[in-house]
Amino acid sequence: MTTQRGPFLFFVIALFLVGVGTAAYRHSSYHIPLLPGAQQTVWQVEARVEYLAQGGATQVYLTLPPEQSIFRLISESSASSGFGFEVSSQGSQRRAHWTKRFARGEQVLFYKLDLAQDGDYRVEPAPAGEPDAPTWDEPYQTAALQLLQSVIPISADAASLAQQLSFEFNRAGANQNLSLLLDRYSPPDLMASLLNAAGVPARTVQVLELEDGRRRQNLTDLVQVWDGNRWQLFDPTTGMVRNEQLLLWQTATPSVLEVLGGSRSRVSFSIISQTRPATTLVDQNAPGFDVSLYNLPIAEQSMFKLIMLLPVGALMVVIMRVLVGLKTSGTFMPVLIALAFLQTELIPGVVSFVLVVAVGLMIRSYLSSLNLLLVSRIATLVVVVIGIITLFSLLSYQFGFMGGLTITFFPMIILAWTIERMSILWEEQGPKEVVVAGGGSLLVAIIAFLMMDQQLVRHLAFNFPELNLCVLAMILLLGRYTGYRLLELHRFAVFKR
Amino acid sequence: MLERLQSRWITPWTLARRGVLGMNRRNIAYIAQYNQRSRYPLVDDKLKTKLVAQKARLKVPELIHVVSTQHEIEVIEKDLANLSEFVIKPAQGSGGKGILVITGRDGDDYVKSSGARITLNDVKRHVTNILSGLHSLGGKQDVAIIETLVKVSKLFSSVSHEGVPDIRIIVFRGYPVMGMLRLATHASDGKANLHQGAVGVGIDIGTGRSVAAVQSNLLIHKHPDTGADLNSLEIPDWKQMLVLAARCYEVTGLGYMGCDMVIDEAKGPLLLEMNARPGLSIQIANNQGLVPRLKHIEQLEDYYVTVEDRVNYAMTTFTRFPDQVRHNQLAELAPGSAEETPAPV
Repeated sequence: MTTQRGPFLFFVIALFLVGVGTAAYRHSSYHIPLLPGAQQTVWQVEARVEYLAQGGATQVYLTLPPEQSIFRLISESSASSGFGFEVSSQGSQRRAHWTKRFARGEQVLFYKLDLAQDGDYRVEPAPAGEPDAPTWDEPYQTAALQLLQSVIPISADAASLAQQLSFEFNRAGANQNLSLLLDRYSPPDLMASLLNAAGVPARTVQVLELEDGRRRQNLTDLVQVWDGNRWQLFDPTTGMVRNEQLLLWQTATPSVLEVLGGSRSRVSFSIISQTRPATTLVDQNAPGFDVSLYNLPIAEQSMFKLIMLLPVGALMVVIMRVLVGLKTSGTFMPVLIALAFLQTELIPGVVSFVLVVAVGLMIRSYLSSLNLLLVSRIATLVVVVIGIITLFSLLSYQFGFMGGLTITFFPMIILAWTIERMSILWEEQGPKEVVVAGGGSLLVAIIAFLMMDQQLVRHLAFNFPELNLCVLAMILLLGRYTGYRLLELHRFAVFKR
Repeated sequence: MLERLQSRWITPWTLARRGVLGMNRRNIAYIAQYNQRSRYPLVDDKLKTKLVAQKARLKVPELIHVVSTQHEIEVIEKDLANLSEFVIKPAQGSGGKGILVITGRDGDDYVKSSGARITLNDVKRHVTNILSGLHSLGGKQDVAIIETLVKVSKLFSSVSHEGVPDIRIIVFRGYPVMGMLRLATHASDGKANLHQGAVGVGIDIGTGRSVAAVQSNLLIHKHPDTGADLNSLEIPDWKQMLVLAARCYEVTGLGYMGCDMVIDEAKGPLLLEMNARPGLSIQIANNQGLVPRLKHIEQLEDYYVTVEDRVNYAMTTFTRFPDQVRHNQLAELAPGSAEETPAPV
């Protein structure tokens, strides 16, 4: 009749692990926060492109920041009246593309992006193999090789080589070879080329320093060096850059801004930082197939916020009955009452529940003298309960007590049944049993409410519905609990002797 | 404070040591394990129980009427007018709910076992309530059974305040394992339900002698209403009752059940009803846990034993007075010899 203990335990543990595992996975890959009210810094960067259109068809290309380790793109938008806009991507390089058939005079285009700052977003791809050695004309070839020959021996690895180079760059006048090279090349380009010549992957990049409230910022040229594990940023003259607040804007060679059919183009950036609740930053675009409740319309979402709490309430009922041994009137009636308490708040909820049931019991005692059939008696009670609730709502509104209006959240059919059961209990076993069963139900309802009202529980239940598998595992486990109930320790106290 | 706590509560390991069966364990290890779901209707419906018991020639209180539709109430009205003693119960009631015991008449009024008077209309309302499922599990439509009132055996007159004392025997795999006499009190409104304040008297399986008595979970020695001594009771026809209970196993196929019986003055032991989910208070009344006895029976491997064998085995195994049992059994084998050798106590 019953299954073996082993497979059952395995099943329960598997359920539990699947629940926790799915939640952990969704937390790490979709950035669903584990705690309610978690805040995250969001950088709002606005790129402003200005140029003078010559009259005629015009196209503007703006390089967009690639995916990078600590900043995650949440949203992007463009504000540019009359222009067609699209974002195209070539490999990892994305570009914004504005188009217009005819434009003349001063043009201003905006591109806005929101970035969440995560510590652990995604690892950047490693460079593909050894870099190509650059070719220089003479005498630059000789100068470069001599410079490297003097620096390589005093360095240990890619990072220290870059560090030593920047040290040389910093006192450029002292080295004739370097002075010669710098006459021809810009410091970042030169540094990247020198590193490449030494077999170290390196490239010039343009970065934007993120600082709250800055306007009219420009991109800075830096050198990105692969140190074997990750890309490190170097300033050619000051060495390794340790600033974390740098947004990598451009990594490939084409220039940041390209304008066709215009002149005097320039791009500038303004930056503000905000803190937002982490739940609004859930990554909808992450790879994989996320079946989450966020995809539902808002009205259904708020519905599910309540529905997902039901398993927790059911678990509380199981605990109260199996572990404690509390008697309730109607097995899961307390959960529905607790659900109503979530809408009414606790004190008004308890008061209106007791009032409705008390008034209902009085009217029911009259009904019992009418000799009605059960169905019509319950139906009568439903009408009576609705009457009581309407009356209470009207009265509390009249007296300016708005809390009374929430009484409509009580499940009326359930209330009618509760009244019926308690009334029978009263007739058969006296008022004491009514107080015991009613009090038990109310106690379980309050405990379930207190549990379901926890911010953390509400947050987890809605954002990680898979955790219900863990709740299920616990319910199943409790379903096989053969130990004593807490109240049995009182009931059987006579066995002390 | 701590002392109060200690006196009113017991530690789980003490309970386990005393072998007390808890609700959770009863449900999982015994009811779910030994009682087939398909057999439940047989005991949940008292009408079916009665019919199947009659087929097996188990003695039951005589059926007067079955009322299954509303208009039949009007039909039986004049029959009721002629009756002065009867019991109305819902076929599917649980926990003694909805049982109306009429012990006499006062003109047109009916007298309940508690002495309260009710009118014919009250009786009819009671039947209506039963039909509409007021007392049945889940509010299902039900039928009302009207049967003869059991006459209290004279032996019990000193300990029964109102109503008929009934005897509950737990039968596990056909072996009677524990017994209890339930006495209605004024507090329980004539109902033999321990929850409602009835007295439970633990009965020794081997001899039918009382071993302990409780009311509302407290040990008592005297009946709260009549003052009769509860420590020296001895159930008459005890072995006959055990056989009646043990036979219920074959009739219902339920491995773990409670059989409720009464002793009628004229007809002897009668089967009242059976219960697939018997309560745990019987342990309190016996001051003895069920677990060791159930485990003992679980270890037995003899399947094809007769009812008689099972009863004898249980009587010798679970008794507190083994010498007395041996004495009685010898007396049974050789009538007359028992009188000569006095029973060692």
